[in-house]
Amino acid sequence: MALPAWLAVTESKLLFPVLAVLLGCARPLSAVQRGRLRALHGVVVPPPRPGDAQSRLMGRLRLVLSWRQTVYHLLVGPLLALGAALVVYAWGAALVLTTVYGWIWLMPPSVDLRGDWPELVAFTVCGLLLAVMTPWLAGLMAWLEVRAAQLLLGPDRTEQLEQRVEEIAESRAGLVDAVDTERRRIERDLHDGAQQRLTSLAMNLGLARRTLKDCPPDAMQVIVAAHEEAQAAIDELRDLVRGLHPAVLEDRGLDAALSGIAARAPLPVRLDVEVSEQIAPTVEAVAYFTVSEALTNVAKHARARQVDVSVRTAGGRLRLVISDDGVGGADASRGTGLTGLRQRAGSVDGTLSVLSPLGGPTTITVELPCAL
Amino acid sequence: MRAVIAEDSVLLRVGLVKVLEAVGYEVVAAVGDAIELLAAVEEHRPGVVVADVRMPPGFHDEGVKAAMVIRQQWPETAVLLLSQFVEERYAADLLSTNTSGVGYLLKQRVANVDEFVDALQRVAEGGTALDPEVVAQLLVRRHRDPLEKLTPRERDVLSLMAEGRSNAAIAAALVVSDSAVAKHINSIFTKLDLPSADDSHRRVMAVLRFLEVG
Repeated sequence: MALPAWLAVTESKLLFPVLAVLLGCARPLSAVQRGRLRALHGVVVPPPRPGDAQSRLMGRLRLVLSWRQTVYHLLVGPLLALGAALVVYAWGAALVLTTVYGWIWLMPPSVDLRGDWPELVAFTVCGLLLAVMTPWLAGLMAWLEVRAAQLLLGPDRTEQLEQRVEEIAESRAGLVDAVDTERRRIERDLHDGAQQRLTSLAMNLGLARRTLKDCPPDAMQVIVAAHEEAQAAIDELRDLVRGLHPAVLEDRGLDAALSGIAARAPLPVRLDVEVSEQIAPTVEAVAYFTVSEALTNVAKHARARQVDVSVRTAGGRLRLVISDDGVGGADASRGTGLTGLRQRAGSVDGTLSVLSPLGGPTTITVELPCAL
Repeated sequence: MRAVIAEDSVLLRVGLVKVLEAVGYEVVAAVGDAIELLAAVEEHRPGVVVADVRMPPGFHDEGVKAAMVIRQQWPETAVLLLSQFVEERYAADLLSTNTSGVGYLLKQRVANVDEFVDALQRVAEGGTALDPEVVAQLLVRRHRDPLEKLTPRERDVLSLMAEGRSNAAIAAALVVSDSAVAKHINSIFTKLDLPSADDSHRRVMAVLRFLEVG
């Protein structure tokens, strides 16, 4: 029954009608087969990935005409049916052969087998053997059927990997976003809570220091020390909060936030920002911390006199270039600072490259996608 | 002098009221948002306003906008803005209306009561007070133009001028004599091409040139 259909495809006159029938039937047929496999074997065969809406018709054609599905419906299906028939036949033969002594008297008198007892014993033994082996055969058939369906009806290896990569990319983006959101929340909590309280405390101590004139010197010394401590704590907390998530980034954007870093850097920084595209907040945060850490690295290792930071957007990519006139010799595969930067860029599918010959200068280029 | 305070954090508002009253200001109103601030200024016509940049309802730059309105409608009221972080646009916006009687400090500076009170007094008396971090940040952007010609020392002097310090304060900060400061300032005026007669006007012009808002 498979053969005529298969031959029809090679017959050019019939090619198009057959294709049309396949187009209409392949998907429902595949669906029926999947349902059957789930009900019978408890095996879920996921359908191949549908294309997006625009290319749905083309995708459908591609899916239907893909050799795997065609092979399944035209050849493997019937072959497996044949396998099933074989199993039924084997069961029947086993039953008939094993019980040969039970029905031999039914045979017409002309066929007298009663004398050939060695043959009859052999029949019985064969029947018993067959009865023992047939379940194995049935199991093999069932296994073959499941494998065939998985191989031919399910997504192929490339599709599976594509899907897996997509899932991983999605879950990673979610993770990066969640971390970013959490940092913002902590930043806001600290700002609304501990920072205000500390500032208020320092104000009160400062006020005491300024107004308590007739206070014993010892007590004044304690107040002064407490005031200094409180101010130091404010500064430390501010640095900590800035390291979590700078509020200026959220309120005023990347340009303003980067000016802040450049101003705080211990060496002269020339900053040049031209951002014309919308940038995802998470990417902005990555860019901010990248520049911040890169400048820290330069200050620590490069012995540079001047740093140039350029930030540009083009074609959906955000490009950061940090170049200094220092001694060079930075190695991305060794220094932990650069490794951290690379990981940061990688967390949003960005890239980092370092050009740093011995003797300088060093140029770090980071490219990030504007949207996640 | 009468003062109005606008700060949405109750803790800081109470603290600011205490500090201002302790140094002799009469706090006629302490409010929590920009709309109330404008109403209070209209009602009381205070000599000075201390306002947070970020206030309800938007928690964005309500304080800066209110400050611009105040400087235009009631020029006799000085405004000192407190900001959680440095934003040079805010400072530039603020200085674009009028360079006297305005100030822009980081919020954390209020912890150092003496410095805060100094800055407040400068602003209330019609001077300017810019946070050193604001000035540092502005320097990052200004590299071309006549400022390139300044020596590092002259840049330091100009930065301190931009913060609103007097010659004596600049001399103290840089540990040099008053006459050395005067010499630097004259050199700055020449390099920035500001040969006008009125010294305090030239000072303002130099700072404006520095901030690129003039």
